[in-house]
Amino acid sequence: MSDIQKIGSAGSVESNDCLVTISASDHLEVEIQSIVDAFFHDQIEKVVLDTLKEKGLNNVKVSLQDKGALDYTIKARLLTAIERMEAK
Amino acid sequence: MRRSLLFIPGNNPAMLQNADVFGSDAVIFDLEDAVNVLQKDSARNLMHCYLETHPNQPMEVVVRINGLDTDYYQKDLELIVSDNIDSIMLPKARVVYLNQLDEMLTKIEKEKKMKKHIKVLPIIELAVSVLEVEEIVKCPRVDGVLLGAEDLTSDMEVTRTKAGVEIEYPRARIAMACKAYQIDAIDTPFTDVNDYEGLLKDALHAQELGMNAKSAIHPNQLDTINKVFLPTEKQITWALRVRQATKEASEKGLGVFSLDGKMVDKPVMERAEKILMKAEKFGAI
Repeated sequence: MSDIQKIGSAGSVESNDCLVTISASDHLEVEIQSIVDAFFHDQIEKVVLDTLKEKGLNNVKVSLQDKGALDYTIKARLLTAIERMEAK
Repeated sequence: MRRSLLFIPGNNPAMLQNADVFGSDAVIFDLEDAVNVLQKDSARNLMHCYLETHPNQPMEVVVRINGLDTDYYQKDLELIVSDNIDSIMLPKARVVYLNQLDEMLTKIEKEKKMKKHIKVLPIIELAVSVLEVEEIVKCPRVDGVLLGAEDLTSDMEVTRTKAGVEIEYPRARIAMACKAYQIDAIDTPFTDVNDYEGLLKDALHAQELGMNAKSAIHPNQLDTINKVFLPTEKQITWALRVRQATKEASEKGLGVFSLDGKMVDKPVMERAEKILMKAEKFGAI
């Protein structure tokens, strides 16, 4: 899949949720800010990378502000952000 | 057979992650009224990912999709219908929509090679749906009907009150239709989540009219609803005595007999068995 030069965002900064923003880039970059970063940084990053791989996206920048979201919430918000980016 | 059904907004991660601990017989994940039109895609994806990671829930899993008169229902069905849910709740139900929904579900079940046969819970929230309810209960997959009083009173241009006089007729008509076809008659939610006395009164009245379950919009309403729609200890004791006396009478070749000076015949025996069936299902005996 070709990388798209647009931006998509989904989610919120409410408790148990996360706000995900994705945009096209010339390389893969994942930026995570989390209230549980000390314990779950690697786990959150893995969910993001697995989801990007599933969607065939290599050159994108993902910014994630996490407020304690579970894995399925992170994945869902990222999927929505990707769909919104692709729709623009 | 249900007593309580709890609505949970489909785009609220904090509530989703606790959905299985509230103690309702069914959870209704809402993609319709509880979700802003700009967040329909987000809610749908959240529900999909949640359901994928929660395949075996301890309660019935119902998803309220968007109505068949909107642009959202097809995507809802495509993404949400799977073996991880039990039922679809259809807002603003009409016979024509229920037949369309049945066709779409049949197609999806076949394409996804599903093991489950998805049930449908229509919401009666239009005046015309009240008039159609005798046909709605006969539609394929329908195994319960919910009264949606907020939209119905809006359609009727009447004020919604706690006393509920304005919904007396639809409540009775829905209960009658459901009982005629032995499916669940599910009462409308009580919308004041801080008025527990009002909730109790409202639930008891719905039960008197023949409703056998009630929907809730807050977990704190569940205890009251579960108690109201469960047979009382006195009813269970009576039903157990009827069952024992029926057995003894049958051994003597009697079809009708007397218990505590009152006649017990087939309808009374059936009533006792219904009470015991419900009590057994919900662990009261």
